[in-house]
Amino acid sequence: MVELTHKPIEADPLLERVTSPEVGAVLLFLGVTRQFTDQRETVELKYEAYEKMALLELQKLENEALQRWPISGCLIVHRLGTVPSGEASVAIVTASAHRRDAFEAGQWLIDTLKERVPIWKKEHWADGTTDWVHPVGK
Amino acid sequence: MRVKVKLFAAAKDLVGQEEIEVELPTDATVEQLKSLLVATYPSLADLLPHAMFAVNASYVQDATKLQVSDEIACIPPVSGG
Repeated sequence: MVELTHKPIEADPLLERVTSPEVGAVLLFLGVTRQFTDQRETVELKYEAYEKMALLELQKLENEALQRWPISGCLIVHRLGTVPSGEASVAIVTASAHRRDAFEAGQWLIDTLKERVPIWKKEHWADGTTDWVHPVGK
Repeated sequence: MRVKVKLFAAAKDLVGQEEIEVELPTDATVEQLKSLLVATYPSLADLLPHAMFAVNASYVQDATKLQVSDEIACIPPVSGG
Protein backbone atom coordinates (compact mmCIF):
# COMPACT_ATOMS: atom_id res chain seq x y z
CA MET A 1 0.00 0.00 0.00
CA VAL A 2 1.32 3.42 -0.89
CA GLU A 3 -0.24 6.73 0.05
CA LEU A 4 0.31 10.48 -0.06
CA THR A 5 -1.43 12.36 2.75
CA HIS A 6 -1.76 15.91 4.01
CA LYS A 7 -2.57 14.72 7.53
CA PRO A 8 -0.20 13.67 10.34
CA ILE A 9 1.02 10.10 9.93
CA GLU A 10 -0.26 7.66 12.53
CA ALA A 11 1.97 4.63 12.91
CA ASP A 12 -0.21 2.28 14.97
CA PRO A 13 -2.87 1.64 12.30
CA LEU A 14 -0.05 0.92 9.82
CA LEU A 15 1.52 -1.65 12.13
CA GLU A 16 -1.86 -3.34 12.65
CA ARG A 17 -2.27 -3.75 8.90
CA VAL A 18 0.81 -5.94 8.44
CA THR A 19 0.45 -8.16 11.51
CA SER A 20 -0.40 -11.80 10.74
CA PRO A 21 0.30 -15.26 12.22
CA GLU A 22 3.24 -15.80 9.82
CA VAL A 23 4.96 -12.52 10.67
CA GLY A 24 7.89 -12.58 13.09
CA ALA A 25 9.31 -9.13 12.39
CA VAL A 26 7.64 -5.76 11.81
CA LEU A 27 9.91 -2.85 10.97
CA LEU A 28 8.78 0.78 11.18
CA PHE A 29 10.90 3.61 9.78
CA LEU A 30 9.79 7.19 10.41
CA GLY A 31 11.52 10.09 8.71
CA VAL A 32 11.08 13.00 11.11
CA THR A 33 11.54 16.72 10.52
CA ARG A 34 14.89 17.60 12.07
CA GLN A 35 14.92 20.81 14.13
CA PHE A 36 18.66 21.52 13.80
CA THR A 37 20.84 21.03 10.71
CA ASP A 38 24.42 22.26 11.07
CA GLN A 39 23.27 24.56 13.89
CA ARG A 40 20.56 26.17 11.74
CA GLU A 41 17.06 25.85 13.12
CA THR A 42 14.18 24.55 11.04
CA VAL A 43 10.66 25.65 12.02
CA GLU A 44 8.88 23.47 9.49
CA LEU A 45 9.30 21.73 6.17
CA LYS A 46 6.93 22.04 3.25
CA TYR A 47 6.65 19.04 0.97
CA GLU A 48 5.45 19.21 -2.61
CA ALA A 49 5.02 16.33 -5.06
CA TYR A 50 4.24 15.59 -8.67
CA GLU A 51 1.49 13.52 -7.13
CA LYS A 52 0.48 11.34 -10.05
CA MET A 53 4.07 10.30 -10.75
CA ALA A 54 5.05 10.06 -7.08
CA LEU A 55 2.27 7.49 -6.53
CA LEU A 56 3.42 5.50 -9.56
CA GLU A 57 7.05 5.55 -8.39
CA LEU A 58 6.06 4.56 -4.84
CA GLN A 59 4.03 1.68 -6.25
CA LYS A 60 7.06 0.56 -8.28
CA LEU A 61 9.15 0.61 -5.08
CA GLU A 62 6.61 -1.53 -3.26
CA ASN A 63 6.41 -4.01 -6.15
CA GLU A 64 10.19 -4.24 -6.42
CA ALA A 65 10.64 -4.77 -2.67
CA LEU A 66 7.99 -7.52 -2.68
CA GLN A 67 9.86 -9.25 -5.51
CA ARG A 68 13.33 -8.90 -4.02
CA TRP A 69 12.65 -9.90 -0.42
CA PRO A 70 10.30 -12.48 1.14
CA ILE A 71 8.27 -9.82 2.92
CA SER A 72 4.55 -10.26 3.49
CA GLY A 73 3.78 -6.60 4.09
CA CYS A 74 5.05 -3.30 2.68
CA LEU A 75 3.52 0.10 3.37
CA ILE A 76 4.84 3.51 2.32
CA VAL A 77 3.13 6.73 3.42
CA HIS A 78 4.52 10.17 2.59
CA ARG A 79 3.11 13.37 4.01
CA LEU A 80 2.75 16.50 1.86
CA GLY A 81 2.26 20.15 2.76
CA THR A 82 3.54 21.62 6.01
CA VAL A 83 5.28 19.26 8.45
CA PRO A 84 6.23 20.99 11.73
CA SER A 85 9.57 20.19 13.28
CA GLY A 86 9.52 16.86 15.15
CA GLU A 87 6.68 15.30 13.11
CA ALA A 88 6.96 12.41 10.65
CA SER A 89 7.15 13.18 6.94
CA VAL A 90 7.43 9.56 5.81
CA ALA A 91 6.61 6.12 7.22
CA ILE A 92 7.80 2.81 5.85
CA VAL A 93 6.60 -0.48 7.31
CA THR A 94 7.89 -3.89 6.29
CA ALA A 95 6.91 -7.24 7.73
CA SER A 96 8.51 -10.64 7.28
CA ALA A 97 8.87 -14.02 8.94
CA HIS A 98 12.46 -13.22 9.94
CA ARG A 99 13.97 -9.86 10.82
CA ARG A 100 16.76 -9.62 8.25
CA ASP A 101 14.38 -9.35 5.29
CA ALA A 102 12.29 -6.63 6.94
CA PHE A 103 15.44 -4.61 7.79
CA GLU A 104 17.00 -4.97 4.33
CA ALA A 105 13.80 -4.15 2.45
CA GLY A 106 13.09 -1.16 4.72
CA GLN A 107 16.59 0.27 4.24
CA TRP A 108 16.39 -0.16 0.46
CA LEU A 109 12.93 1.41 0.33
CA ILE A 110 13.85 4.64 2.11
CA ASP A 111 17.19 4.97 0.27
CA THR A 112 15.54 4.45 -3.12
CA LEU A 113 12.55 6.67 -2.29
CA LYS A 114 15.00 9.51 -1.67
CA GLU A 115 16.61 8.94 -5.09
CA ARG A 116 13.60 8.37 -7.32
CA VAL A 117 10.28 9.65 -6.06
CA PRO A 118 9.32 13.16 -7.28
CA ILE A 119 8.76 14.78 -3.90
CA TRP A 120 10.58 17.92 -2.73
CA LYS A 121 11.06 19.60 0.61
CA LYS A 122 11.44 23.30 1.35
CA GLU A 123 13.23 24.33 4.52
CA HIS A 124 11.57 27.11 6.48
CA TRP A 125 14.38 28.38 8.72
CA ALA A 126 13.89 30.10 12.07
CA ASP A 127 15.39 33.30 10.62
CA GLY A 128 12.47 33.54 8.17
CA THR A 129 14.34 32.46 5.02
CA THR A 130 13.41 29.42 2.92
CA ASP A 131 15.36 27.02 0.70
CA TRP A 132 14.27 24.26 -1.63
CA VAL A 133 16.35 21.16 -1.02
CA HIS A 134 17.78 19.89 -4.31
CA PRO A 135 20.63 17.48 -3.56
CA VAL A 136 23.17 17.50 -6.38
CA GLY A 137 25.84 14.94 -7.14
CA LYS A 138 24.21 11.88 -5.62
CA MET B 1 4.70 21.83 -32.05
CA ARG B 2 3.63 23.57 -28.86
CA VAL B 3 4.16 21.58 -25.68
CA LYS B 4 3.42 22.26 -22.03
CA VAL B 5 6.02 21.59 -19.36
CA LYS B 6 5.14 21.17 -15.68
CA LEU B 7 7.54 22.78 -13.20
CA PHE B 8 8.10 21.88 -9.57
CA ALA B 9 9.92 23.14 -6.47
CA ALA B 10 12.79 25.55 -7.24
CA ALA B 11 12.14 25.38 -10.99
CA LYS B 12 8.58 26.59 -10.39
CA ASP B 13 9.76 29.40 -8.10
CA LEU B 14 12.56 30.51 -10.46
CA VAL B 15 10.17 30.82 -13.41
CA GLY B 16 7.18 31.94 -11.33
CA GLN B 17 4.79 29.54 -13.07
CA GLU B 18 3.62 25.95 -12.51
CA GLU B 19 3.42 25.23 -16.19
CA ILE B 20 4.96 26.82 -19.27
CA GLU B 21 4.35 26.42 -22.99
CA VAL B 22 7.20 26.28 -25.50
CA GLU B 23 7.45 25.87 -29.25
CA LEU B 24 9.60 22.95 -30.41
CA PRO B 25 10.31 21.37 -33.79
CA THR B 26 8.37 18.16 -34.50
CA ASP B 27 10.11 15.13 -32.96
CA ALA B 28 12.27 17.34 -30.76
CA THR B 29 14.15 15.53 -27.99
CA VAL B 30 14.34 16.18 -24.27
CA GLU B 31 17.86 17.53 -24.89
CA GLN B 32 16.47 20.14 -27.29
CA LEU B 33 13.78 21.06 -24.79
CA LYS B 34 16.43 21.60 -22.09
CA SER B 35 18.46 23.90 -24.35
CA LEU B 36 15.38 25.88 -25.24
CA LEU B 37 14.34 26.22 -21.61
CA VAL B 38 17.75 27.55 -20.57
CA ALA B 39 17.70 30.02 -23.47
CA THR B 40 14.17 31.18 -22.64
CA TYR B 41 14.49 31.14 -18.84
CA PRO B 42 18.12 31.96 -17.94
CA SER B 43 17.22 31.67 -14.24
CA LEU B 44 16.99 27.89 -14.78
CA ALA B 45 20.57 27.62 -16.09
CA ASP B 46 22.07 26.37 -12.82
CA LEU B 47 19.29 23.92 -11.96
CA LEU B 48 18.44 22.33 -15.32
CA PRO B 49 21.70 20.40 -15.85
CA HIS B 50 20.80 18.48 -12.67
CA ALA B 51 17.12 18.00 -13.48
CA MET B 52 15.49 14.88 -14.88
CA PHE B 53 12.51 14.94 -17.21
CA ALA B 54 9.40 12.81 -17.16
CA VAL B 55 6.99 12.07 -19.98
CA ASN B 56 3.55 10.80 -19.04
CA ALA B 57 4.75 10.34 -15.45
CA SER B 58 7.80 8.18 -16.25
CA TYR B 59 11.44 9.23 -16.27
CA VAL B 60 12.95 9.61 -19.76
CA GLN B 61 16.44 10.02 -21.20
CA ASP B 62 17.78 13.11 -22.99
CA ALA B 63 17.45 11.37 -26.37
CA THR B 64 13.74 10.65 -25.94
CA LYS B 65 11.59 12.25 -28.64
CA LEU B 66 8.64 14.32 -27.51
CA GLN B 67 5.10 14.22 -28.88
CA VAL B 68 2.65 17.09 -28.84
CA SER B 69 0.22 15.08 -26.68
CA ASP B 70 2.83 14.18 -24.03
CA GLU B 71 2.55 15.31 -20.42
CA ILE B 72 6.05 16.66 -19.87
CA ALA B 73 7.51 17.49 -16.46
CA CYS B 74 10.79 18.95 -15.29
CA ILE B 75 11.95 17.06 -12.17
CA PRO B 76 14.65 18.91 -10.21
CA PRO B 77 16.76 16.72 -7.88
CA VAL B 78 14.27 15.12 -5.51
CA SER B 79 14.35 15.50 -1.72
CA GLY B 80 11.50 13.44 -0.29
CA GLY B 81 11.81 11.45 2.89
